[in-house]
Amino acid sequence: MDKPLTRNIKSDGSTVTLAEYLASGGYEGLKKTLAEFAPLDVQQRVKDSGLRGRGGAGFPTGLKWSFVPMGEDAPRTKYLVVNGDEMEPGAFKDRLLLEGDPHQLIEGVVIAAYAIQANIAYVFLRGEYRLAAARLRQAIAEAEAQGLLGEGILGSGFSLDLRLHTSAGRYICGEETALLNSLEGKRANPRAKPPFPQVSGLFGKPTIVNNVETLCNLPHILRNGVEWYKGLSRTGEPGTKIYGVSGRVRSPGAWELPMGTTAREIIEEHAGGMRDGYRLKGYLPGGASTDFLLPEHLDIPMDYGSIGKAGSRLGTGTMILLDDKTCPVQMVLNLERFFAQESCGWCTPCRDGLPWTVSLLEGLIEGRGRPEDLATLERLCGLLGPGNTFCALAPGAMEPLQSALKYFRADFERYLQPQTTRGGMYA
Amino acid sequence: MTLTSDEIQAILREARHFPHPSAAAIEALNVVQRSHGWISDELLQEIAELLGMSPAELDSIATFYNLIYRRPVGRRVIHYCNSVSCWMLGAEDNRRHLSEKLGIAVGETTGNGEYTLLPIVCLGACDKAPVLMIGDETHFNVDPARLDDILGETGAP
Repeated sequence: MDKPLTRNIKSDGSTVTLAEYLASGGYEGLKKTLAEFAPLDVQQRVKDSGLRGRGGAGFPTGLKWSFVPMGEDAPRTKYLVVNGDEMEPGAFKDRLLLEGDPHQLIEGVVIAAYAIQANIAYVFLRGEYRLAAARLRQAIAEAEAQGLLGEGILGSGFSLDLRLHTSAGRYICGEETALLNSLEGKRANPRAKPPFPQVSGLFGKPTIVNNVETLCNLPHILRNGVEWYKGLSRTGEPGTKIYGVSGRVRSPGAWELPMGTTAREIIEEHAGGMRDGYRLKGYLPGGASTDFLLPEHLDIPMDYGSIGKAGSRLGTGTMILLDDKTCPVQMVLNLERFFAQESCGWCTPCRDGLPWTVSLLEGLIEGRGRPEDLATLERLCGLLGPGNTFCALAPGAMEPLQSALKYFRADFERYLQPQTTRGGMYA
Repeated sequence: MTLTSDEIQAILREARHFPHPSAAAIEALNVVQRSHGWISDELLQEIAELLGMSPAELDSIATFYNLIYRRPVGRRVIHYCNSVSCWMLGAEDNRRHLSEKLGIAVGETTGNGEYTLLPIVCLGACDKAPVLMIGDETHFNVDPARLDDILGETGAP
């Protein structure tokens, strides 16, 4: 089984050096790109590959690039920005790529920047990833010294200046327009769209923001071709995916597997199954902002389309498991506290609706719940849902809540009973 | 408190990498926080002036981020992750143990100025939950016994 993104990553946690990366065929994709393909050819290849953004939204990467103005009349300054602000609870896949093989990311960045003809790139990295920052800084210096970054890369006419920006910690910065405001030194509220960043992004210039895992796919697609890339998958959606599992399993972790691997295989074969004494009650397939699925969904392929049809989202592909000894209502409260805290406060439904959600859940758990509270929570799922807010933070926050209300209704209703008759289902 | 010339040089160096100096706001705050520990009103005003921003504008950024401190903190800040996977696997037990051991509640600093205890959102290591950071270092699969070892190593009171 081909594992292009993680093939070099070492199990002892040390990083891949430039020499090791080169020895494994590293930067060959870039060499080939600069020697053989025009920028628009690169865009077409990535479009043909069917690569979709791995940050959570799953937007086709080649299509995203195609909105960037190209040619002689295009603005001279364009930017490529790496979204390395991995802060969604449950997600830990980009850390693996950043720490384990930073040159792979740099190679992907140069290819993407070349495809849209951007000469300045920024890595927007979350501040807590200290080890990733140190290794990336080192890798950027190595690449510059070897002519893999900077003026006239590998003797071509293409130049790229790559800089690392370490953020100071706020989930909303993962939203691409909030990220751009943050990078400009402004408060990280999302921007109104249109204009889209591809036309007017960082400092008002055409900008592409791509996730770390997305960019790490590029060297392999350009080096090995579209047909090879499609063959990696088990479904109609191409490539591999870094899936992760956290919660009460024997061996939590992240693994690069063919796109479309089932949750059952990931949990049972790779994560070692549930720990003794625990049963699976449900799971968030792609991080905190995705709808719960149930054990009956375990055999659905983990790809964008199939998980979407089941009523959730692939998101980041890093699942969080709910076991039978953890109260789903308390788990949802934990998630909503996160979203309420991390809301930027810009739009009213999110700023006021999330604390309201938290206080209703707290009231319920503390025995102050009223029967109508469940209907209010359901109403909030709509009020904070798609179309009613400035960005996707609040709709994402409602996904675990709305699905918990649907699938774990009895657990919510249990809190409406007098404490003495409730029974001790959970510790 | 006032900015040192080293800090001023470092801030101006960062600012040169952007079309507008104000884009280096977070870099500047980080530079100053690394040496002063936190961002006082006086420092904030000086940084704002260097970057051509109003103090209010810079404060709207400084107060926005989890890792910029606008109040004094201890020499080492303990950021314990309280997001979902860590919560499920014992973050609260660790928090209680830390509070008892150090004699501080969340948001407080030990009397000797060594530790401040703060929550933090998901640290992106959910496969090794529970996780916490002490200063720049991240610790994985933490339980109360491990905490005793870690704090012993770092010279707890």
